[in-house]
Amino acid sequence: MEDILNYLVDNQQQIYIFILAVFVGVEVISKVPTVLHTPLMSGSNALSGVVIVGSIIVLGNTASDNYLGLVLGFAAVLLATLNVVGGFAVTNRMLEMFKKKPAKK
Amino acid sequence: MIESIISLSYLVAVVLFIVGMKMMSHPDSARQGNGIALLGMIVAIVASMLTPGLNNIVLILVAMGLGTVGGLYFSNTVQMTAMPELVSFFNGMGGAAAALIGLVEYEYLPAGEIGQGVVLMVSLILGSVSFTGSMIAMGKLQGKIGDIRINKIFAFFVFGLAVGLAAYILYDGTPNSPLIYAVLVISLVYGLLFVYPIGGADMPVVISLLNALTGVTAATTGLLYDNMVMFMGGVLVGSAGLILTLLMAKAMNRSVANILFTSFGSASGKVAAGSGEEQVAKEITQYDASILLNYAQRVVVVPGYGLAVAQAQHAVHDLEKVLEEKGVEVLYGIHPVAGRMPGHMNVLLAESDVPYDKLIDMDDINEKFPNTDVVMVIGANDVVNPAANDDPSSPIYGMPILEVNKATNVIVIKRSMGSGYAGIENPLFFDAKTRMLFGDAKKVLNGLVAEVKNM
Repeated sequence: MEDILNYLVDNQQQIYIFILAVFVGVEVISKVPTVLHTPLMSGSNALSGVVIVGSIIVLGNTASDNYLGLVLGFAAVLLATLNVVGGFAVTNRMLEMFKKKPAKK
Repeated sequence: MIESIISLSYLVAVVLFIVGMKMMSHPDSARQGNGIALLGMIVAIVASMLTPGLNNIVLILVAMGLGTVGGLYFSNTVQMTAMPELVSFFNGMGGAAAALIGLVEYEYLPAGEIGQGVVLMVSLILGSVSFTGSMIAMGKLQGKIGDIRINKIFAFFVFGLAVGLAAYILYDGTPNSPLIYAVLVISLVYGLLFVYPIGGADMPVVISLLNALTGVTAATTGLLYDNMVMFMGGVLVGSAGLILTLLMAKAMNRSVANILFTSFGSASGKVAAGSGEEQVAKEITQYDASILLNYAQRVVVVPGYGLAVAQAQHAVHDLEKVLEEKGVEVLYGIHPVAGRMPGHMNVLLAESDVPYDKLIDMDDINEKFPNTDVVMVIGANDVVNPAANDDPSSPIYGMPILEVNKATNVIVIKRSMGSGYAGIENPLFFDAKTRMLFGDAKKVLNGLVAEVKNM
């Protein structure tokens, strides 16, 4: 119990940031037209690929004789990259439909 | 020095994430928004590569190269209709990556660090659930996996088991406990149980929820490394994803609780026989409708008696003019028996100076529907009822109709869900492409004119 309380106190800053970030997320998304629901979901999905940063650090810190660690880390980087690259690319394809056509006047 | 640069780069990346996402919530700026978020991601990745003392650089680059090739390949070859499946797949990859990180990091978990331990276990469990859950969701969208009824209490028990075991490992404190693999496997199984019983039609909402879950997982992974870009990015996705889930559920006229817990126990039998699925008409707001219209290439208006009753012929002409100014082609599809007398609609529209060459007869307009982005049905009902084509038991079976359901989107403007002159149900209103815009035709059209003008 004390451990957990101490952990929370030590990480107060993170908790403040967490609360503010939640509100930023809500604020950013409010009043989204329905046609953008799917692209936005896809876009935020690409953002959750930010775990790639963790994957890179994991693989980068694994000793070169820890084969299990290397395999798992390699897989983590590969999968996270799929998430990031695929996520952004597919979002871009979806959003192509909003390219404004040349207005004829 | 290098550490400061990395930290500040992460800060820049977070700001780019937020700005990008904000821009993505409006159609005009959405594409640039996506680009800005991508830029933020590149900044974050480059910064993390600069971390001092990083080994295995070659392996990292190879993995990223393979992932890039795969990601681009999948996203460029997929059919537009299969997009949600792919999003689900990518989401699962992110969850899996987070789970793997948790697994590797467990080895280095310092003894007695309960806080770090909890964070790690959350990453591992939620990442695994997100992975298998997303894979099942993908299969369901492809129609490869049917609905399987699973007792939710049992599923919840499995989840409890994973959490309990994780707690035990931390409490026990034995370093490198092999039980960690049991936590992994049970969490993976829970992901399956979580999504299996949910109907295919509700998958978009579930995927959005799983996406939020992956965001939370990214955030906890960020806590593990004290890494702000992962933490902020993850929380952002988590909260935005949650709101998006609620919005999507609302747009589908469903509640999230309803979707997740419909098969709770066995009493509330939802579609036990696989038929008679409750039909729900989906509504659209005036704002959303105006966006659909504004970005369409061709809009076809199908007027009916309701247009005459509401005296909305001038309003519809106004809307036509505004849309044409924006480069949208607007045509009118006239059914011979629309209204209460032959030619009723032609007369009505001619009164408000709609050019005559825009009024297209049934046979000609039916050929154009497959190339039409939006059909706006105003106060018409029976003349667009697909039952006339495909339901032999319908009283109007065999009547020629305007085949509006061949267009990409259908917006039906109507005062209420009441049936038409013939007094029969219209399956068009429950079609996946159809959105209902309830209200008086004149008021709604004037509202749309104002919205489109402001875009």
